[in-house]
Amino acid sequence: METSDQLAIHAQHLVRRFGTFTAVDDVSFRVEKGEIFGFLGPNGSGKTTVIKMLTGLLPLTAGEASIYGIDVRHDPEGVRENIGYMSQNFSLYGDLTVAENLRFYGRIYGLSPERLRQRMDAIVQLNGLGPYLNRLSAQLSGGWKQRLALGCAMLHEPRLIFLDEPTAGIDPVARRLLWDLLFELSGHGITFFVTTHYMDEAERCSHVAYIYYGKLIADGTPETLRELPDVQPPGTYRVEITTPHVTRALRSVRTIAGVRSATIFGQSIHALIDDHVDPEHLRKELLEHEIVVAEIRPLAPSLEDVFVELTYKHQAAQEASRG
Amino acid sequence: MVNPFRGFGAVFYKETLHVRRDFATLFFSLIIPILQMFLLGFGIDTNVRQINTVVYNADGREQSRELLDRLRNSDTFHIYRFVHSDRELNDLIISGKCRVGIKIPVDYSDKLLHQMSAQVLVLIDGSDSSVAGQAINVTTAIGLDESLRRVLGNNIEGNSGFAVDMRPKILFNPDSRSPNFFLPGLTAVLLLNVTTFLTAFSIVREKERGTLEQLFVTPVRPMGLLLGKLLPYLVIGFFELCMIVTAMRFIFGVPIHGSVLLLAFLSLPYIFVSLSLGILISSKATSQASAMQLAFLTILPSIFFSGYIFPRETMPKFFYVLSYFVPASYFINITRGIILRGAGWSHLWMDALALFAMGSLLLVIAARRFHNKVIMA
Repeated sequence: METSDQLAIHAQHLVRRFGTFTAVDDVSFRVEKGEIFGFLGPNGSGKTTVIKMLTGLLPLTAGEASIYGIDVRHDPEGVRENIGYMSQNFSLYGDLTVAENLRFYGRIYGLSPERLRQRMDAIVQLNGLGPYLNRLSAQLSGGWKQRLALGCAMLHEPRLIFLDEPTAGIDPVARRLLWDLLFELSGHGITFFVTTHYMDEAERCSHVAYIYYGKLIADGTPETLRELPDVQPPGTYRVEITTPHVTRALRSVRTIAGVRSATIFGQSIHALIDDHVDPEHLRKELLEHEIVVAEIRPLAPSLEDVFVELTYKHQAAQEASRG
Repeated sequence: MVNPFRGFGAVFYKETLHVRRDFATLFFSLIIPILQMFLLGFGIDTNVRQINTVVYNADGREQSRELLDRLRNSDTFHIYRFVHSDRELNDLIISGKCRVGIKIPVDYSDKLLHQMSAQVLVLIDGSDSSVAGQAINVTTAIGLDESLRRVLGNNIEGNSGFAVDMRPKILFNPDSRSPNFFLPGLTAVLLLNVTTFLTAFSIVREKERGTLEQLFVTPVRPMGLLLGKLLPYLVIGFFELCMIVTAMRFIFGVPIHGSVLLLAFLSLPYIFVSLSLGILISSKATSQASAMQLAFLTILPSIFFSGYIFPRETMPKFFYVLSYFVPASYFINITRGIILRGAGWSHLWMDALALFAMGSLLLVIAARRFHNKVIMA
């Protein structure tokens, strides 16, 4: 039998109610050690609530959760020794220097002076904070603030780090650098729990879950999610239609028999089509609507497609249960 | 196994840095109470002297002039103007130029010469109770004295004349110097500036920055956090107390009859309770502005229900009981006790204990709030 201490996070039937409002509704998932777990969902859907429940900040209304085998309900202190947390606004003390911020967090975790020095050296090397050690953290740019915050969160060598929208509002280069760093660290066995709104970031995760208004509606590797029957029903395939007249084309595509769904993506349309409709047929049909098509090519569903399809399905199921 | 003060050292380190970085705020917090002390210490005299007095002397003869000389010599009255009608007398009082009006009737000297009772009208403006009280006391005393002199002849000098001779002696502040009375009490109010006010911001600032949430994901315990925040300000508050006491002694010349060391030591529980109150305010407030307002709420009770201005014993029952919940009540008893009355540990340990208990209670309430509420923010 598999024991839960093989897992970095084991959440079983988590429920959190605020009065009559159920913010988290029967959410279960497991995160393996060393994974980069992407936790997605619209704002207000319960992402932060789940983080607060897992870090012992918010009592569970029902359910169980353990972090590296430590029960969150019985030993929240033990959990906090083993995790790091970086909030979306980086939560640094602007009037303290980079070194002082690091030293403060080191002392909170009770690192000995010698150990603190070692860890600070290691982190400064890893994050490239060297030139900024004596600068007030308020004067750093967004990207550097984020790296310092990450440094503070991992000073005590946590085995699991929660990153709540780590890349919100920082420039693309810093975003790329952060992900490179995350990959490197996860190679050393550190587990990451990352919430994000960026689909390209979700694509980089080794494991993603999607929470929609308190309900977990997707959970798996990006590859398995793409192959879900709900996303890719048997007897269908996906195409990308490139045309100069996307908005007009969308209306027409939706009228063609055998097209199950269609959405605009930039200068193209993504459509889910029955196997028996071949691309040439599609091109001809559109030409009859006076739409010139530059290219039609098969396409694997993106994670965004996955979440869109699953959200539709979930909404339909809810409508049905209400009716 | 779990250390309830976990994180104390780290928070103390960080708070000390905050204080050092924001030196301007600290400087003003320290200097403003001293400035206030100078204003109040030099500007306020609780003794009533030289009350502006208008005189209508309708008699004008020697006896009436004698009486006026006695009034003038009392130091309580300053004759502002002589007038020649009732109307002028009234006008000067109504306009506020004079607080007291004295009318000596036409037949004053005649009545005295014929061994009859002569009346003198004393009009007193009652709009300021301390002035009115003093005017009544002094005029009555002069009247009595003048009567006795006339009845007994001129041999009442010395103590031979009276059957009962009351000899009041004011202990501890024999000259009734205002700063002696005023400044020891003021210390309690001034200290609030660097205690309750500074800590009132300390937690709410972290709430606004979002760093509090971050701290709660670490193993820091609420008590470690609160005490770590409190201790640097305890040092600042103590420093301020030393400045105030030094200025009081050497600039205002207030003699300290008791032990300065005991005063310093007993100020610690008061500073502690004021800081804890600030911390509690900070844990309740949702923004720095609301923390500021709540901190201001603590000032008025510290002035009016602590015995600083009005004696606690004469308050209505309800407010008298209320005054026991005002920390300044205890500290004013301590400062006046040590500075004016030369009181020692045996007289004051109860006050110190009460302050310490209040401070601990407030801190525990603040810590409990962290367990339940703040996390949700």
